[in-house]
Amino acid sequence: MSDDQHITAVSGTGVPIPGDDVDTDQILPAKFMKEVTFDNMADYLFYDARRDADGAYNDHPLNRFEGASIAVVNSNFGCGSSREHAPQAMMRWGVDGVVGESYAEIFRDNCKSLGIPAVTADHETVTELQEWIEANPDGEIDIDVEAATVTYGDTTIDVDIDGSMQEALVDGIWDTTALMYSNRSKVDETVADLPYVESDD
Amino acid sequence: MSEGTLYDTVWENHKVTELPNGQDQLFIGLHLVHEVTSPQAFGMLRERDLDVAYPDRTFATTDHIAPTEAEKRERPLVDDQAEKMLSALESNTDENGITFFDFESGKQGITHVVAPELGLSQPGMTVACGDSHTATHGAFGSIGVGIGTSQIRDVLATGCIAADKQRVRRIEIEGELGEGVYAKDIILKVIQDLGVDGGVGHVYEYGGPAIEALDMEGRLAVCNMSIEGGARAGYINPDETTFEYLEGREYVPEGEAFEELKAYWESIASDDDAEYDDVVTVDAGGIDPLVTWGINPGQVIEISEPVPEPSSFEARTDREAAASALEHMEIEPGQSMLGYEVDVAFLGTCTNGRVSDFEEAAAVLEGHTVDDGVRALAVPGSETVRKECEARGIDETFINAGFQWRRAGCSMCLAMNDDMLEGDEVCASSSNRNFVGRQGSKEGRTVLMSPAMVAAAAVEGAVTDAREYLGEGPTGGAGGVEEVAD
Repeated sequence: MSDDQHITAVSGTGVPIPGDDVDTDQILPAKFMKEVTFDNMADYLFYDARRDADGAYNDHPLNRFEGASIAVVNSNFGCGSSREHAPQAMMRWGVDGVVGESYAEIFRDNCKSLGIPAVTADHETVTELQEWIEANPDGEIDIDVEAATVTYGDTTIDVDIDGSMQEALVDGIWDTTALMYSNRSKVDETVADLPYVESDD
Repeated sequence: MSEGTLYDTVWENHKVTELPNGQDQLFIGLHLVHEVTSPQAFGMLRERDLDVAYPDRTFATTDHIAPTEAEKRERPLVDDQAEKMLSALESNTDENGITFFDFESGKQGITHVVAPELGLSQPGMTVACGDSHTATHGAFGSIGVGIGTSQIRDVLATGCIAADKQRVRRIEIEGELGEGVYAKDIILKVIQDLGVDGGVGHVYEYGGPAIEALDMEGRLAVCNMSIEGGARAGYINPDETTFEYLEGREYVPEGEAFEELKAYWESIASDDDAEYDDVVTVDAGGIDPLVTWGINPGQVIEISEPVPEPSSFEARTDREAAASALEHMEIEPGQSMLGYEVDVAFLGTCTNGRVSDFEEAAAVLEGHTVDDGVRALAVPGSETVRKECEARGIDETFINAGFQWRRAGCSMCLAMNDDMLEGDEVCASSSNRNFVGRQGSKEGRTVLMSPAMVAAAAVEGAVTDAREYLGEGPTGGAGGVEEVAD
């Protein structure tokens, strides 16, 4: 892990991924989870949705906005399975931040684990941003995690970000393993009071 | 804020400390591991030179990629990728002193079937697994959460997760189920009422007469699909049904130790005057069996209802979702799901892969045969379930009817092994998700329903009201909806 884990802002061009309840089976079909590392996951992102019946790339946004860093999605994005393969695939494809109407909770937690800010705004605001990206494929979008704003073109909008996600990203403490590992003696105290855990000593 | 609920108590008992980001560090009392979401986490541990903190609280099984045909379980597995995943789990559990219920153990199966039947899941625990259906274990009055791979790393290395406390919604389920209506119908009804994202930010506490009347296997089916309603966890307060189920199981202590543990189990149930963030009531009295008509589990109707018009939904998002669902399923609004032709019948999964599920389906199948055009798979949720069914002769009913009787695994729920839909096949399925592509073909169509309904669909080659096969003895067929409807 690098020393610089503070994520105060992310920026880049955008990719709109329209639709409500986009589930993790669409984002990363289960048949591609049969690998013991996440290394190749970018190749499988929205694998079925991006292809025609004959296997050729269709006009899916991911095919049209190659190189984008900010995904803009609608409501209940990432619902369904807990697979971290989904945000891993997005990250490895190039996504550094997500703007959406709402997220399934496990998906949002997984984003936090990976240091990907996932911010929210209302339907109209998100739709306008998606339309702006269609019209401005090379336009820069900036997610300011600290200020909870998104800026594109001449527009700056206020967005919501989950409090603990904001804190974790800005303070660089989203690596929860390191954070919790330092509390080992406190864990032992908690465990000692649990009647179902047999003590080792 | 809730107060005095089981959730509050179990949370407090497992809370280690508050983290600087405002989340709570929560000890996980039972960590279940499977081959698909864990190898990357063990890899992360190796990169950081960390050991597994609580190997005795960690149990592994193989389910997602497990071949369900006996001859395909010979090692090395024919599928190279599956073999690699299985080998990785073997070496990871071996190196870290973790119990692994592998094929040879005779106890292999789906995590959420294996842990309950072995008595590993108990009231008042926190349970985590890299699988969203971990809510299943809430049936015992535990808090079960599905986690991603980085969080699996957290649990392996520290025994803990970083978590935000959720709001608690009490779902009071009233009424009495009619014959041929099951726990699966209750949870589909809940999702129909509250929506697929209605539970976001909440855990669900299920209670009321319809829940209290369920046996443990029914309660497991209800809690299993909490995530399909958007709730991270769902639970049921433990009672005598729970304690009776647990007593005598392999990982449950006996004698005095059992009584001591039982006192703890009783102590963690929600207080009579517990405060909830909200309470909703769902009436299960006289409901008909439910089936999905669309491409998410909230797109569901009682079998007596017509497929809805998209315009009938209040929310824009629901209207749009309904329109794409109709297109994918190739059905029209106003149509009945009765008679919707099926090509595949799939019985099993962590929702409905337990002995009682096979019993209920067998009651429908008795004396009937699967339609010629239907490929029918019965996949026990665990090897323990399979052997129990075989000891009772239930497997014979399936085999005689024309079902393939398989070995345990997740199978066609998510098609990570050889069991999958082809083209635009329609599957009558006892699983939990009808997402596009879920069963292995992006044109494939899934209709979720109870095990009895799957059996009836297999016989008819089309969606059928299973009650027509019940209540009139082994030959069935002469029953009829009117007789059983309240």
